[in-house]
Amino acid sequence: MAYQVPRPKLTLAEKIYIPTVLAGLRITLGHLWRMLRGKTHVCMQYPEEKWDANLPDYYRGAPTLVSDEQDRTRCVACQLCEFICPPRAIRIKPGEIPSEDKFAKVEKYPEAFEIDMIRCIYCGLCQEVCPEQAIFLKKEYVINGTSRAQMVHDKAKLVEMGGLRTGLVNKWNEKK
Amino acid sequence: MNAILEFFKDPLVFLIWTTLAKSAGILCVVLGMVSYTVYAERRVSSLIQDRLGPNRTGFPISLLGNLFGIKWRDWSPILGGLGQPIADALKLLLKEEFTPAFVNKLYFWIAPTLGIGAAIIALAVIPFGSSIAGVPMVIANVDIGPLFIFAISSLGVYGIVLAGWSSNSKYPFFGAVRSTSQLISYELALGLSVVPLFLIVGKLNLVDIVNYQVANGWTLLPGITAGKLPTLQQAALWVPSLIAFVTFTTAMFAETNRLPFDLPEAETELVGGYHTEYSSLKFALFFLGEYTAMITGASFIVTLFLGGWHCPFIPSGSLAGWPGVVCGLINIAVFFTKVFGVLLFFIAIRWTLPRFRYDQLMKLGWIWMFEVALLNIFLTAFIVAFVH
Repeated sequence: MAYQVPRPKLTLAEKIYIPTVLAGLRITLGHLWRMLRGKTHVCMQYPEEKWDANLPDYYRGAPTLVSDEQDRTRCVACQLCEFICPPRAIRIKPGEIPSEDKFAKVEKYPEAFEIDMIRCIYCGLCQEVCPEQAIFLKKEYVINGTSRAQMVHDKAKLVEMGGLRTGLVNKWNEKK
Repeated sequence: MNAILEFFKDPLVFLIWTTLAKSAGILCVVLGMVSYTVYAERRVSSLIQDRLGPNRTGFPISLLGNLFGIKWRDWSPILGGLGQPIADALKLLLKEEFTPAFVNKLYFWIAPTLGIGAAIIALAVIPFGSSIAGVPMVIANVDIGPLFIFAISSLGVYGIVLAGWSSNSKYPFFGAVRSTSQLISYELALGLSVVPLFLIVGKLNLVDIVNYQVANGWTLLPGITAGKLPTLQQAALWVPSLIAFVTFTTAMFAETNRLPFDLPEAETELVGGYHTEYSSLKFALFFLGEYTAMITGASFIVTLFLGGWHCPFIPSGSLAGWPGVVCGLINIAVFFTKVFGVLLFFIAIRWTLPRFRYDQLMKLGWIWMFEVALLNIFLTAFIVAFVH
């Protein structure tokens, strides 16, 4: 169905066009002038200014491995995160804890734990699926490297990034 | 030694080497100006749009300070971005030179050079300064200055048309066709709108036009800039001068393919228009040509309407000795400052007016500007003849 758009009635000033050009120029130059005086709020200048302090608690940055009070990596190498990871960014090589160890009943630990940060999509499923509360997504978002190899976070790096996290479930501790 | 000096003072040889020196000088200045006009365009555009624009690629001045062990103030926040034109040029140089298989190779290669050639040649007749040590600061002091500029700058459209046609692709072709019809409809208004000026001045030589403005005040500020009150005739002539200025500037926008008349390029409609198929240095040449044309147009506007190199209270370079040389240099600086001011106006207009629709463009060109320019000639002639 044809719809007739009503044409606006133009005043003489609008028909001559020059006054409207001047009015437009006033707006344009007004913006320029406000900007030059520094009155305009512009976007954040990233490397100098950062939004880190305002990141929400639920922010999903780089996945990391956290340590417990005994300075042990909490991961038991169950490989659930490896299986659930949608882009298959996680590679775990489980190792066995020797029987003379204090935590021998845990049985397994990750000998190697690698997250390929090129593949990672920061979905947080690894954190959600982890039965040991061992993997957490931190607020870290500056992840860079000059080669593909550098973009793979190995276990040492992940543990370092994760740091200590207390107040979690400690089911492997000695019963009191 | 003396024989060599005598050789250089021989009138013909003197003319040749001064002309060559002036040409080289103006080429360097204008090309440098082009790169910084592009920078200004990006920066001012972004400031107008409440952004910051390119402010990172600076000159590593602090590095230089470290090299000599001097603790310098970090100038990068202020000078930041001034290295952008160099980075842009390097980028365009290093890009892949790609010629699509379906183009007409010969014309595809000729087109970019035509565009920039026309723009640069037109600069030859613009008086960019008074004189330094008796050498007039104009490369070619010809008696048909404006006609020469019209003739040469309309050749510039051949670059666009050839590019559009030889690209063998629909969008460049649209751009070329639009450019042609735009040129035809605005060239008339462009030519007619400056006729009143020639009626007033009585000469077609750009140097004489500037000298007239020095003696009688700028075309747009009659009398005042010459340090006296305008006569009745001059005051009456201010009206047609203003009309001529508006029509001429508008036509110049169309001539240089600037918004609101950038239909040949029209990124949103034509994917860049006539230079869609171009890459690397050939694209850079188009870019250069476009901005050189802008500078040529701005110089033309300054020469005709804004008093050329003249600044009130600063004498021309015809003084004897060192003061003359200094004044001559100041005059050149004044001219380029004015040109830059006009370029900033071009940029401000770009973000003020939206692009015209094609039929609106034709209507404006043929029905309004052409008629206004024509009537303006009669008005001027009437004032020149009867108001004293």
